[in-house]
Amino acid sequence: MYDVIIIGAGVSGCATARELSRYRLRICVLEKAEDVCCGTSKANSAIVHAGYDAPVGSLMAKLNVEGNQMMERLSKELDFAFRRIGSLVVCRDEEERPSLQALYERGIANGVEGLRIVEKEELRRMEPNISEDAVAALHASTAGIVCPFGMNIAFAENAAANGVEFRFDTEVQGIRKKERGWLIETDQGQYEAKCVVNAAGVFADTIHNMVSEQKIKITPRRGDYCLLDKSAGAHVSRVIFALPGKYGKGVLVTPTVHGNLLVGPTAIDTEDKEGVNTTRAGLDQVLRKAGENVKDLPMRSVITSFAGLRAHEEHHEFMIGEVEGADGFVDCAGIESPGLTASPAIGVMVAGIVREILQPEENPQFVGTRKGILNPQELSREERMRLLAEKPAYGNIICRCEMVTEGEIVDAIRRPLGARSLDGVKRRTRAGMGRCQAGFCSPRVMEILARECGKTIGEITKAGGASKIVVGVNKDAL
Amino acid sequence: MKTYDIIIIGGGPAGLSAAVCAKKSGTDSILILERDKELGGILNQCIHNGFGLHTFKEELTGPEYAERFIEQVKELRIEYKLHTMVMDISSDKVVTAMNSTDGLFELKAGAIILAMGCRERSRGALNIPGYRPAGIFSAGTAQRLVNMEGCLPGRKVVILGSGDIGLIMARRMTLEGAQVQVVAELMPYSGGLKRNIVQCLDDYGIPLKLSHTVVDIRGKERVEGITLAQVDEKGRPIPGTEEAYECDTLLLSVGLIPENELSSGMGVELSRVTSGPVVNESLETNIEGVFACGNVLHVHDLVDFVSEEAAAAGRNAARYVQTAGMRQAAGCTVEIRAVDGVRYTVPSRINVERMEDIQTLRFRVGGVYKNCFVSVYLDEERILHRKRPVMAPGEMEEVKLKREELLQYPDLQTITVKLEEV
Repeated sequence: MYDVIIIGAGVSGCATARELSRYRLRICVLEKAEDVCCGTSKANSAIVHAGYDAPVGSLMAKLNVEGNQMMERLSKELDFAFRRIGSLVVCRDEEERPSLQALYERGIANGVEGLRIVEKEELRRMEPNISEDAVAALHASTAGIVCPFGMNIAFAENAAANGVEFRFDTEVQGIRKKERGWLIETDQGQYEAKCVVNAAGVFADTIHNMVSEQKIKITPRRGDYCLLDKSAGAHVSRVIFALPGKYGKGVLVTPTVHGNLLVGPTAIDTEDKEGVNTTRAGLDQVLRKAGENVKDLPMRSVITSFAGLRAHEEHHEFMIGEVEGADGFVDCAGIESPGLTASPAIGVMVAGIVREILQPEENPQFVGTRKGILNPQELSREERMRLLAEKPAYGNIICRCEMVTEGEIVDAIRRPLGARSLDGVKRRTRAGMGRCQAGFCSPRVMEILARECGKTIGEITKAGGASKIVVGVNKDAL
Repeated sequence: MKTYDIIIIGGGPAGLSAAVCAKKSGTDSILILERDKELGGILNQCIHNGFGLHTFKEELTGPEYAERFIEQVKELRIEYKLHTMVMDISSDKVVTAMNSTDGLFELKAGAIILAMGCRERSRGALNIPGYRPAGIFSAGTAQRLVNMEGCLPGRKVVILGSGDIGLIMARRMTLEGAQVQVVAELMPYSGGLKRNIVQCLDDYGIPLKLSHTVVDIRGKERVEGITLAQVDEKGRPIPGTEEAYECDTLLLSVGLIPENELSSGMGVELSRVTSGPVVNESLETNIEGVFACGNVLHVHDLVDFVSEEAAAAGRNAARYVQTAGMRQAAGCTVEIRAVDGVRYTVPSRINVERMEDIQTLRFRVGGVYKNCFVSVYLDEERILHRKRPVMAPGEMEEVKLKREELLQYPDLQTITVKLEEV
């Protein structure tokens, strides 16, 4: 019997797991995918929002602002990429100025610091590529960008280092109340826990509805994105949002922590909770709208496109709390934007609720820091020379677009909760994320994965399950 | 810092030929830097034959063709380093490289020959919508898996793009037991060589659908199917023409991009048409003493022409280092205009004083042209007018200029290469 079972190894589940690992608890995270960070957490805008968007007094607003404030310290403690570059909400029509002012005032009411409205001239100086139509913008100096994989993986690794168990490829199929605690049925057998945390993202309604008569509905809201080459990464230096107005919501344009440029997303409600397919209409919309606020976007430099699903709950509010009539079952549902920003605060809040229920002792062995995968490109020349002399694998470049070495890939595989697939390696090291999109490095990464995991090339997958890269050997069907 | 007269970036067909020719031209101190585990570049995975018809008058496989040059490199005792990635080249020709035995190191070069080749355009660059499952490969990646690892990437295959690697892979996958259902090409003509269409598609009954593209990819884990649609003259899918295919694999052969990140990092000017360096008659870039050849300069169809071009780069680099300090800006440089169906020329400028007796201008045309003339004008005067039964974007064209003839025009301003109907 576990003390706590967390369903879902996305950023909310892993932030919660890490917070709970501060206590003497037996904790297990169940994840239906083969790795952490496989759903909403991996495909989003990767923005740390300032907090002026959410309604005043909402939980969303509170956790957004708190999460934003925690981000800097957390990124250092857990060693993930975060840059506080600021954001601009661009107003392109004098008539819409009141909406800009309203956004500013909401931000103040939400407790957001560093907000001010900048006028045309200053805006141009700040962002020379801003649209000629721009008349003013709301500048939020506390906004930033983060590596969503890096943060999610960091929470998970730190939780694992503090004793949290993870079960991958384990899909929850049913939950039943027992006399003491809960029985969770999965495709990999049964689990029991005193307390259950539902952090299942777009599936949070399915999980919730297994235990409650108060049904909820999470609508997957798809967002299509295009990612541009690093040569376009400096086109803007802040997150550029469109002011929602008569032209609709617009799409954002932002640098990423890795130096690319990201544009998107669309917002299309779907029924398929795994429907992460982009569409022609969606991509066309992204490309068209991206140019509204930022001029001369080099759309020839698109290197990939993808879609993510936001876990949209109809009230557009985080649903965090013990479910009525289901003692010990805690929802962490409706976590859509600004969920990534809020996740550190969500983790603290959910852990607080569980702590109230279980009254655990503190874990004296808890270590709150974690070192990420060593990136030789961040070392000084001398440090890099020393590393190479000691570990020659760091001299062998595998992904030539992102200059990722064999040393980093081996580290990504061997560390706790290590990568087991091409996508797992990609999210941890960026191998395959560059301009050739794994054309060159995938056979080489497959070889390393096979060697390190004791598998054959034929067993290597893109992302677990049935996603095998090769299907046989030459002439095996002849 | 160790110094070489010539450092060659890349040990594929271009780098090998440049090295051999530079050495034969009298320069001893040469180093080839190669990132892979062996010399030969992409030829090592091109196990089909058809290489060397022009150079050796016989049909070789890719590895055999490479071996001819590798042998010469070894006989001539040209130095090379394998497993070595060039990280950076400075505009004053300091090369920073890395490997697991020497670590991170710097070398100084008198001249540099850029011979890094090209990479394949990916799905992302085309913005093909749909899912992102396993089973989508660039044709070259699939070629490596099949030919080098012996692995079959899929059993039911659709190929998008009729570039040469795609055509070659249609045949290879068929021979290895896969079923290739169709090759779709966005353009109204093929991007590959005519002989490859005959030998790789027609001979195996694989249909080629021109003016078609992939508009959807299905399958959450592994590809389960794709949808093709016909496109209009602007390349936009025509609603109502969609056709679903069941397949587990989509191969992409949708273009090659010269790999010039190192070049642009050192300040080499690139052409927007070829994505390769802008070069003069010596295949020298805007940076003195930095030369380019092969697919990093512009994408070729035939390796024979890569070798020929690279030999010129090697010869010119050797001459550059041998005459260092004695160079004088003799004569003036004439720009070459590529117009009326001619997309670009390599080189794109010529110094008549410095050009060799016969200068080859290589170019590609922008569409399919039948019974047209290739014309060369020296200012207003037409000096060449050659009829060509068929010209297509997939086949590189060339004209040759004679130095003797150009010298008769001392006030020459512009050379124009164009297509004319009569």
